[in-house]
Amino acid sequence: MLKRLWAITHKEFLHIIRDPRTLGIIFLMPIVQLTLLGYAATTDIEYLPIAVLDWDRTAQSRGLVEAFRASAYFRLARAAESEAQLAGWIEGGQVRAGLIVPAGFGRDLLKTGRAQVAFVIDGSDPAVATAAYQAALGVGQAQSVQLIETRLGVSAASAPGIDVRPRVWYNPEMKSTNFMIPGIIGMVLQFFTTLFTSLAIVREREQNTIEQLLVTPIRSIELVVGKTLPYVVVAFLVVLEVLAIGVWWFGVPIRGSVPLLLTLSALFLVTSLGIGILISTVSKSQQEAMFLTFLTAFPSIFLGGFFFPIDAWPWWLQAISYAVPMRYLLIIIRGIILKGVGLPALWEQVAALCIFGPLVLTLASVRFAKRLE
Amino acid sequence: MKDETSGAVIQAEGLTKVFRRRPHGAMVTAVEGLSLTVGRGEVLGLVGPDGAGKTTTLRLLTALLRPTSGTARVAGLDTVRQAAALKQHIGYMPQTFSLYRDLTVDENLGFFADVFGLGGPERKVRVDRLLGFSRLEAFRTRRAAQLSGGMQKKLALACALLHQPEIVFLDEPTTGVDPVSRREFWDILLELHLQGVTVVVSTPYMDEAERCTRVGLMYQGRLMVCDTPAAIKNMVEGQLLALRPADVRAAEAIVQAVPGVREVQTYGELLHAFVDDAAEALPRLVAAMEGAGVAVHDARPARPRLEEAFISLVRPQSVEQGKTRMEEREGTAKT
Repeated sequence: MLKRLWAITHKEFLHIIRDPRTLGIIFLMPIVQLTLLGYAATTDIEYLPIAVLDWDRTAQSRGLVEAFRASAYFRLARAAESEAQLAGWIEGGQVRAGLIVPAGFGRDLLKTGRAQVAFVIDGSDPAVATAAYQAALGVGQAQSVQLIETRLGVSAASAPGIDVRPRVWYNPEMKSTNFMIPGIIGMVLQFFTTLFTSLAIVREREQNTIEQLLVTPIRSIELVVGKTLPYVVVAFLVVLEVLAIGVWWFGVPIRGSVPLLLTLSALFLVTSLGIGILISTVSKSQQEAMFLTFLTAFPSIFLGGFFFPIDAWPWWLQAISYAVPMRYLLIIIRGIILKGVGLPALWEQVAALCIFGPLVLTLASVRFAKRLE
Repeated sequence: MKDETSGAVIQAEGLTKVFRRRPHGAMVTAVEGLSLTVGRGEVLGLVGPDGAGKTTTLRLLTALLRPTSGTARVAGLDTVRQAAALKQHIGYMPQTFSLYRDLTVDENLGFFADVFGLGGPERKVRVDRLLGFSRLEAFRTRRAAQLSGGMQKKLALACALLHQPEIVFLDEPTTGVDPVSRREFWDILLELHLQGVTVVVSTPYMDEAERCTRVGLMYQGRLMVCDTPAAIKNMVEGQLLALRPADVRAAEAIVQAVPGVREVQTYGELLHAFVDDAAEALPRLVAAMEGAGVAVHDARPARPRLEEAFISLVRPQSVEQGKTRMEEREGTAKT
């Protein structure tokens, strides 16, 4: 039994080695994904280009502009001469926001202690607009506090009032990469294993090598396990690759236990291998298997909460997401990496995967056995 | 051997396989009521046109397919209930190349050695012997994809023989192989025969069928006859005349009309006529043709070959069963 299993696994490893290009792509793909999702798919704002229209030109107005510049959220890309010019830049996309300091800003501030500025935001990208809005408010408030302190000659801390001090746990800088990279691990675990498992089995049928295998004492369970084992190994190597890049390049902190992360990933693999085998039983060609894998990957990624938080969805969509194994995996991975939680906090997700895995795998094995006949 | 019948290694009783043909779900009978007994050490050739049911028969006997009805015992084991145990006793070489093209000759052999649990010195002995046997020693590190068609077939045979099966099933092993390799391949099969291995081989070539100890003629899913080549040739009623007329098509019509002629077959420029008495009929046929203005270059009595016997045996069947069945069969994918 083990000998035959090893025979198949060994052969499958040979197939992988014989095709170094595919192997290269397997390891290159996460790098591309990480680059795209780590840099491009970020909603954090950093040095957002803005234009400044300063009608006031006083020490006070320059102080405010300097505060914006120093915040590192904004980059003062241009200085506008008129509102029309500023509007044109926002329209053309050269800047994403504009700070308009009206004439008399400095005078009002000195006299009454109150003054107004306008901050115009390009709202066509809501995520960026929201972030810019928050950042601008923050800069303004910080300036106000400073003003109060200098005017009253006291420190703000001793002034009466309710001090709400928000503290963001787990991802204090609220960096998207910290959210995305654990997600990519989930994607690798699902997508790669499903794809390569289904391809490896369908190839055997497409090239008719299955006919020769069937007259040998190999049992279908040996065939399935033996063929998928090498891809499990490859999947784990890719996971380690993503983790390494995440930690050393993007500075994603791993707060929890890596062995627990890998163990629970292995648990999830039971499900994604099952899906791969299931796909292989309904596909006649490798091409068909590839399309079907994509078909399952997209709902998994979206409904699993890869990009968007599930809690913000309508109830019926949330209900559907419970049927997506990826949902549980992402909670587990993000929990372990970002929050450093252990099994006690994750038992619901682990239980769900313990149900899904054997269910899918059993279904797949039954279908696989039938298909052989 | 658990067999009661001494020496019988294959016993099939009324084997029938019905496929549901896609997309319309029409039922197609690929093999119908096939009964067969093969003795130890025989070389049984299954001949017949494409779609006759040869491949399905081999797949039924190798337990790759379950029969719709009927039973088969191979090496004393039931092909349905004891399919797993059976696999240790048989070797099978499918019609299409079914080894791993991206693996080398050595790796392919190694894989099947692993699968059959061959280890130790015995493994090396067998692999070396089979490589010598199939003349593949020089190509051990070559990938299967880069072997010629004939070498691929020999490698496939070597892989099927690694576990030293008692019975080897080969599905058209020489189709698409050059004549020299074809001859080499048959030398290997006869070598196996001498070693006492039972060989069941399907082939579209009648000259290969002549080399078998017994030949089964399959037509439209049925085993029409199964006997030694000599006995099958004797089944043809009447004697054979080989004629070489100037115009075969004109001559065919003329000869068919001559009284006492049972059957006429054409082979290129040759016309074969089955008659009751060759010596008596020969001058009459020549006279009839020449009388109608068709010159005759050559006319002589001939020994019927398997090919003539086969056509002679299936002709009444095909006429009897009519055209519908033929049409149904033409659309059937080879199964």
